[in-house]
Amino acid sequence: MTSCYYVNQWERETYICANISLWDEKRTCLCCLWHLRRGGRVRDPGQHVKISASLFTALLLSIMLPEESWCLTRSQFHHYTFIHQNIDKANYSKRLLNNFSFCVFLGLPNSRKDVVTVTPWLAPVVWEGTFDTNILDAIYKPQNITVATTVFAVGKYVQFLKDYLESAEQYFMLGYRVHYYIFTDQPEAVPTVTLGADRRITILKIPGSDRWQEITLRRMEMIMNLIETQLVNKADYIFCLDVDTKFYGHWGAETLSHLVAAIHYLFYTASRDQFTYERRPESQAYIPYGEGDYYYGGAMIGGLVREVYKVTKTCHLWLNMDKANSIEALWQEESHLNKYFLYNKPTKLLSPEYLWCDPFQSNDVKIIRYSHVWKDVSKVRPN
Amino acid sequence: MRLLKNSHLFVLSLVGLLLVGCIYFGYTSAWFRYAGSRSGVADGLSYKQPSILNGRKDVITVTPWLAPVVWEGTFHTTLIDAIYKMQNITVATTVFALGKYVQFLKDFLESAEKHYMQGYRVHYYIFTDQPEAVPTVTLGASRSLTTLKISSSNRWQEITLRRMERLEKLIETQLSNEVDYIFSLDVDTKFYGHWGVETLGDIVAVIHPGYYSTPRDDFPYERRSESQAYIPYGKGDFYYGGAVIGGRVEKVHKLAKTCRMQLDVDKANSIEAAWQEESHLNKYFLYNKPTKILSPEYLWQDTKYITPDIKIIRFSQVIKNYAKVRPNP
Repeated sequence: MTSCYYVNQWERETYICANISLWDEKRTCLCCLWHLRRGGRVRDPGQHVKISASLFTALLLSIMLPEESWCLTRSQFHHYTFIHQNIDKANYSKRLLNNFSFCVFLGLPNSRKDVVTVTPWLAPVVWEGTFDTNILDAIYKPQNITVATTVFAVGKYVQFLKDYLESAEQYFMLGYRVHYYIFTDQPEAVPTVTLGADRRITILKIPGSDRWQEITLRRMEMIMNLIETQLVNKADYIFCLDVDTKFYGHWGAETLSHLVAAIHYLFYTASRDQFTYERRPESQAYIPYGEGDYYYGGAMIGGLVREVYKVTKTCHLWLNMDKANSIEALWQEESHLNKYFLYNKPTKLLSPEYLWCDPFQSNDVKIIRYSHVWKDVSKVRPN
Repeated sequence: MRLLKNSHLFVLSLVGLLLVGCIYFGYTSAWFRYAGSRSGVADGLSYKQPSILNGRKDVITVTPWLAPVVWEGTFHTTLIDAIYKMQNITVATTVFALGKYVQFLKDFLESAEKHYMQGYRVHYYIFTDQPEAVPTVTLGASRSLTTLKISSSNRWQEITLRRMERLEKLIETQLSNEVDYIFSLDVDTKFYGHWGVETLGDIVAVIHPGYYSTPRDDFPYERRSESQAYIPYGKGDFYYGGAVIGGRVEKVHKLAKTCRMQLDVDKANSIEAAWQEESHLNKYFLYNKPTKILSPEYLWQDTKYITPDIKIIRFSQVIKNYAKVRPNP
């Protein structure tokens, strides 16, 4: 194996190149040749380099043959390492022709190559494989945070509480202080679930309704009131979740941020004009065609208490305005939420792993963490 | 001639078809329909729908602690501008130009006026030992410059080591209420491309262009355990460049203060870290993770060969002859 040494024109870096086997000791390897053409000198005075026709032909020949070649370059000051192995013939010749060098950076490869992990406003999109739980726990655990969680279990929806709470005790924010707030019209129907250390439940009695749309519309107001009266100094983060759901996988500190929304599982590959936004201009939740980033699921709103307070306050205002104008948005408060998030971009998005629906399947979603459970809507809804 | 007449006819019919097409799409296409004004961030903004499946996937765009890594192709300038312009921010920018390094000021300032934070309120703070040597550069609207006289040194290491202390003092005395974000940049550099508000965050670091594909045990961290900047083998996320530090004023103050204290401890123990304050910075960032990281597009070196993942060079250290500019080798 031949090697040559090269120092660039600013006398700063030394490259040691291990070469393709065609070259004998008197020649210089491709790497050095390329650098030499850009200025510089060969360190070992015994080696001459001249770009002659025969040299060049030999160079070309060497491109054609599939070779295992590698190039290790190291500077005196900064220890660069260019390592390129197993170049296939096509790549090798292309690189050589492009750059006259077969030294290739490994670069900074993406952990998930199949999905986009950051939005155009540089908010991270949380997918399996993009985060390290240990690092995140090391950041958040010392902050001694409290996470509040709200669910609404009204009418027959109380039946979902048991699975919801038990699965949350298995997967949701383990190791952190968690306070569940359960809004229900039947406090006696709330199941007794063994809670882990530093985790508790508060039950809040609210009136029921004969319209499920009414129940879902009042959530914003109730969460807003809860924050005003109880959470302001007691909780750092809050998650507003649906009750007809279950946790199937880890949900941890990777979900914490100023304002967090989850991408709806049905729409993450759809075009914005297919999103089921409210399309009537009379509604406050109106989003015209041609606008929109993602379709966010109403089953998950999260973030700092003060930020979620702003969300609920604004949506509640909009919902009241709509009510006064006798219009109900297509997907109730989910439509208003989507309007809010269009103009107040979330600082972190959760991938559909964090808001799934039982029977669906997808290749991008490697793990289902939280999902709506299958339900017979006629059996659970009051209307 | 017949051919000419035919070609005329052809062009006419093409134009006709185009007109019909336009009218048709005008009625049916959402793009044309979208022309009204709405309040908020999306007001008048037309941008491509963000995609979950298509985008920059060849490089890491988010760190394991979910801080975004800013590369060309990961952000929309108009979208991010729409978010920040509403906030009426001021960005302070510090540079240290001592001794012969004043020669770099002209290029630095002129290129900054072309590429750096265009459209925002920018205040340059130039630390120099020769205030008279600061070149007069025409500044854009809402941009100002303050020259601060400081003493120089015979050792370039000394100059670079005291930057933290000076940054800390500047923030304490002048910047706390006037400024939202601050960037501390090296002066022997030049802007070649857009550097905007996509770089703003709570605490922002840049990946050193020389080490972004190097394994962590090859990073030139300080490896002597006697130093406060010591990072043992097997630890480390990235090697961050000392030429760019940014973020919210209060966070950068904390960084500068901590590094300054660690530098003082080292000085008392007569040890100087391998890369002076860059080593201390890397130690700080290991235990206080940056909330946003800039790709090597934001700190390149003119001497480096450009690799395919770097689509644009925005800011780069210029070629210089060390013997000619440094007071000591």
